[in-house]
Amino acid sequence: MEPAQFLTAPRVTIVAGKGGVGKTTVAIALGVAATRVGLSALIVELEAASAVGQLFGVSELGYEPSELISPDPVLGRGSLHARALTPDDALVEYLEDHGLKRISNRLVTTGALDMIATATPGIKDVLILGKVNQLEKSAEYDVIILDSPAAGHAIAFLRSATGLLDAVRVGPIETQARAVIEFLSDPARCEVMLVTLPEETPVNELVETAFSLEDLVGVALSPIVVNGCYPTTPGLDVEPEAAARESGTSLRPGEGDALRRAATFIHERAELQKVQLLRLDHELPLPQLRLPFRFTADLERTDIEELVDALIAQIQLLGEDESA
Amino acid sequence: MSPTDTPARQLEDLVATCHVIVCCGSGGVGKTTSAAVIALEAARIGRRAVVVTIDPARRLADALGLAGLTNKPAVIAGDWPGEMWAMMLDTESTFNELVARYAGSTEQADKILDNRFYRNIASAMSGTQEYMASEKLYELATNGAFDLIVVDTPPTRNALDFLEAPNRLARFLDHRLYRLVTAPTRGLVKAVNVAAQRFFRSVGKVVGGEVIADAIAFFAAFDGMEEGFKERAQQVDRLLREDDTAFLLIASPHADTVVETAYFAERLSELSITVRALVVNRVHPDPGGGTPEEAAARAVSLAGTPLGAQYAALAGLREIALGEAAHLVALEEQVAPAPVCRVPYLAVEVHDLVTLELFADALFER
Repeated sequence: MEPAQFLTAPRVTIVAGKGGVGKTTVAIALGVAATRVGLSALIVELEAASAVGQLFGVSELGYEPSELISPDPVLGRGSLHARALTPDDALVEYLEDHGLKRISNRLVTTGALDMIATATPGIKDVLILGKVNQLEKSAEYDVIILDSPAAGHAIAFLRSATGLLDAVRVGPIETQARAVIEFLSDPARCEVMLVTLPEETPVNELVETAFSLEDLVGVALSPIVVNGCYPTTPGLDVEPEAAARESGTSLRPGEGDALRRAATFIHERAELQKVQLLRLDHELPLPQLRLPFRFTADLERTDIEELVDALIAQIQLLGEDESA
Repeated sequence: MSPTDTPARQLEDLVATCHVIVCCGSGGVGKTTSAAVIALEAARIGRRAVVVTIDPARRLADALGLAGLTNKPAVIAGDWPGEMWAMMLDTESTFNELVARYAGSTEQADKILDNRFYRNIASAMSGTQEYMASEKLYELATNGAFDLIVVDTPPTRNALDFLEAPNRLARFLDHRLYRLVTAPTRGLVKAVNVAAQRFFRSVGKVVGGEVIADAIAFFAAFDGMEEGFKERAQQVDRLLREDDTAFLLIASPHADTVVETAYFAERLSELSITVRALVVNRVHPDPGGGTPEEAAARAVSLAGTPLGAQYAALAGLREIALGEAAHLVALEEQVAPAPVCRVPYLAVEVHDLVTLELFADALFER
């Protein structure tokens, strides 16, 4: 599939997954991939202190968008922006838009905002999703990526509008909740991209989350991203000394043990992953985009660029099986 | 415990002597597994231990092979001299029990439990889960049935809500604005009361008058119970600050996790709470050998051969192991003199008692 087509249909991608699976990394990779094919992209975070900003030298994201990558028409590169739609800001903006500007400051300082949020559970989530809905409609960006809360909370987050309608049956909030439900259930406008690692617990949770999202939210699911896949290069199960003889070389003292330890570890992890990837294939009928494990303890811009290469290559492979 | 002991022995000592162990850390670092292993270890040395998890993803249930946990501890059968219990916190019923305890009468309790605003607080308000976790902890710590209570805190970014939620919620329940509307006859405040009424009317226009009416009815029904809640919050706070309550930081050597963990450590010290141990899970093993660059160069010149693949594996693993070790140096200094226990990436996934024991062997270096 053409990356540009994949990234823009639909415009909004909600990235979800359990903590520690690299959800934010995938959100960044999607955004950078969009700029590579000349599209303008926006990453929406729910927290100001996000790894998105840090990677691009912005210590804290604000409610207003920050530019992370500037567009370059010569290179055919699009722009990348990021902003943090923190719930309190969304609530204040909403109240101000609805004739409560005068008291909105007082709402914040007296803590009454907390009470409104309690009286109408899900209101903050609905306002964030409502804002994303509005951004989608404005068509200001070609691609919008929403980095959602960690797995268990993602379902509650996406179900917030349905829950809100139980409590609020009239007024502007009710209208907003209905618009959010319509937006989430429209596969032409939004879909959820689930991210996992090829490990047992993350795979279990991904399968569970996928079914819950379809049943309870009715949102479309995009291909799954499997992050951190070990290389499956052959030769890791050969004794280092034998491998050295085969290459007509010799090992330095002690080097055989180091090679054996490294090769055994990577080989064992790769074998474990293989089992989980097969299981995921079997349990969830969704295509997979597999991203390679990065052998680094600090993810840097160069690593992101390499992940983007891999992501684009995997997107291009999508749909090939069916057409073949 | 002597500082000359290895980190594993120092952690063992905490397991043997503490009354409460709180596991804090970011999501996805193996917090639930670590908490379960600590309770298991306590049972193995003859203590009666219970592990409380609050994780909605039911990971502990996974780890223990239990189909589901309830709000009451369930005993886990095993061949050890002590006892191991586990429970998954049911936030809503814990809150209901609390209301029933502090209500002046059954009528007052029923009025509150039936109120929609209350049900929102009990099930969905942010901080409630943390509050109820500390409430449950207090209950288990004072009922005498357990020698050790291990708590797995919610995987929120602000994991220290656990400490602050009781007071915050007590303050919320004592909110001035609501006090004003619900106390119409308290003389002097009458003028302010009119302003508050007007304020609620405008808010009601947005979220619906019914919602506000529910909220006001809740605070009216709650009248008189604030003191009980406040007192309880203080008792919980005192328990968390006892000498035999230990806070453990659970982390992984991943760059972003290390940053978050450093932040937790800083917040804990601001709250005058000492980190008693740092457990770092999923540490990549260092295979040893030369520099990653040397191995990488060999991998390139031998590309396509088994030996080339092995040099590539060596370069990658050594690079990541050295990088992780560098990350941990600063964190280690920050929590010093707390012991730092490293648990290597296991070749198996922890999903039952057998693999939990393998994890225990790695954690306690056996």
